[in-house]
Amino acid sequence: MSDKRTFTCIVCPNGCTIETVFDGDKILEINGQQCKRGEEYVRQELTDPRRTIASSVPISGATLPLCSVRLTKAIPKREIFNVMREINKVRLAAPVSIGHVVIQDVCGLGSDVIVTKNLPKATEA
Amino acid sequence: MERRDVVIIGGGPAGLAAAVELKKRNIADVLIIEREKQLGGILRQCIHDGFGLTRFGESFSGPEYSQRFIDEAAALGIDAMTNATVIDLSPDKVVTVAAQDGLKRIQANAVILAMGCRERTRGALAIPGSRPSGIYTAGVAQSYMNLYNTMVGKEIVIMGSGDIGLIMARRFTLEGAHVKAVFEVLPYPSGLPRNIEQCLNDYDIPLYLSHSVINIVGDKRIEGVEVAQVDARMNPISGTNRYFPCDTLILSVGLIPENELSLAAGVELDVRTKGAFVDESHQTSVPGVFAAGNVLHVHDLVDFVSLEAESLAESAAQFIREGELPACGIALTPSPEIGHIIPQKISGTRDFQLSLRVRKPVGKCKIVVRQGEREIKSVSLPKAIPAEMIQFAVSCEKISSGEPIEVSVYER
Ligand SMILES: Cc1cc2nc3c(=O)[nH]c(=O)nc-3n(C[C@H](O)[C@H](O)[C@H](O)COP(=O)(O)OP(=O)(O)OC[C@H]3O[C@@H](n4cnc5c(N)ncnc54)[C@H](O)[C@@H]3O)c2cc1C
Ligand code: SF4
Repeated sequence: MSDKRTFTCIVCPNGCTIETVFDGDKILEINGQQCKRGEEYVRQELTDPRRTIASSVPISGATLPLCSVRLTKAIPKREIFNVMREINKVRLAAPVSIGHVVIQDVCGLGSDVIVTKNLPKATEA
Repeated sequence: MERRDVVIIGGGPAGLAAAVELKKRNIADVLIIEREKQLGGILRQCIHDGFGLTRFGESFSGPEYSQRFIDEAAALGIDAMTNATVIDLSPDKVVTVAAQDGLKRIQANAVILAMGCRERTRGALAIPGSRPSGIYTAGVAQSYMNLYNTMVGKEIVIMGSGDIGLIMARRFTLEGAHVKAVFEVLPYPSGLPRNIEQCLNDYDIPLYLSHSVINIVGDKRIEGVEVAQVDARMNPISGTNRYFPCDTLILSVGLIPENELSLAAGVELDVRTKGAFVDESHQTSVPGVFAAGNVLHVHDLVDFVSLEAESLAESAAQFIREGELPACGIALTPSPEIGHIIPQKISGTRDFQLSLRVRKPVGKCKIVVRQGEREIKSVSLPKAIPAEMIQFAVSCEKISSGEPIEVSVYER
């Protein structure tokens, strides 16, 4: 039994259209990828699709009420909303800077939530 | 009057990259003027990742990407005036600034235009119906949500498939709102394929192509929109009307370069890009006035904005030292299938970077640069879409003086 599916590779802005024939998680035919990361992407999509996410969390004492955060590594797609729930519990206090770990190993998925903006205390700004 | 070698108008990615590169080329007297409290431009509100893959080979969020340039500029001791808006630029390069301590006039030897772009609202203006609250452009909704912690609504409809709208569809969904649909009047999406995939398909948000909002319903707050399918001429097809209740309508119908100051300075604009006519050095029709980034032509990727701004520094530095740049007498024109090209004229004595967008999606194709009968360069592509800017280097070796150059696309 083989299936056909067309993928849009999201690894880089080229967004190649990749035509595949596969059987379960085995790729039988693959066409359209401009580099080999495209094939890795399709393999990942067939077995365990992963995404990174970004969000923002409330911060006190800064010039802005929010501080942006992101994941350091992609997580399984089905875990996205579980991770969002954890991110939504976070409260920060200024000052913070880029790379500061807000949640280590979120939901045990091997990815950290880190700060992506430098926010000094309001008086220092 | 204060004098400066270079005044850069706008402290976004384009302005910052140009400043850093000028400083590295020993042009010490550089001033960045930025309207906002902080440097960084629009990227401060683009908190998703995917920035920097081309420039740094790593994926950053918008604020992280900007910070790299802000840090570099600070380390090099580049002067920046923030909370200061340039309100006029004269043809002889006098910059008038409204700063916190009052109006200032600065005489610059060279000016770099890096004011970015603004969002279009055209299309929305033409929709009949009332004008209740709850209608936002995608970028404004993005700043409310990502900078000021204000959620714009719960039941959301998006008009236009521009990248910012797509990014916001995902953001709304992650924050618990319900994005009902995205409607695009054209038969193809205007955003990048990867954003259709990771922002809409991942969250089962439907995209309706060849559909348009034809009526806005609501008194104080928007209550819903009426939508219809459109024909090839973009006229609504009768009998296809559908009603979508919603409390928020987001417009993502494109960006337009911000060129009021350029016009004041007498810079000639290209009707195709809505930005300045430039030569291979990114010099505009006013000698010593350069442009880069979204003020010149709308970019989809900040990486290319940075690279473009860095590339003009060499010529701007040469202009400061020598007072002029080589004449550019060879015109470049796009064929009708190509929406626009940058640059629009060249000297023929230097290699240059060509940027263009096709007007409509084409499959396997060849882009050909020709001077008269002579082929200067050709590039084969698996596909070309309006959402994606195409860029490649062109060598001056085969170019002779005088005759204009045409850039065409051939589907194969
Ligand atoms: C809402 C929005 C979202 C975007 N999202 C993405 C994205 O997700 N990914 C991506 O790669 N690209 C995105 N873009 C494209 C983005 O604009 C470019 O990547 C990049 O930020 C452009 O850099 P720039 O320096 O040309 O313009 P900008 O970043 O817009 O910077 C222009 C700066 O000039 C300042 N300015 C303007 N006029 C004056 C004046 N008269 N006086 C003083 N200062 C002035 C502005 O305040 C601003 O800081 C987005 C664009 C917009 C509008
Ligand atoms: S296949 Fe390679 S070039 Fe194509 S989108 Fe994926 S990573 Fe980019």
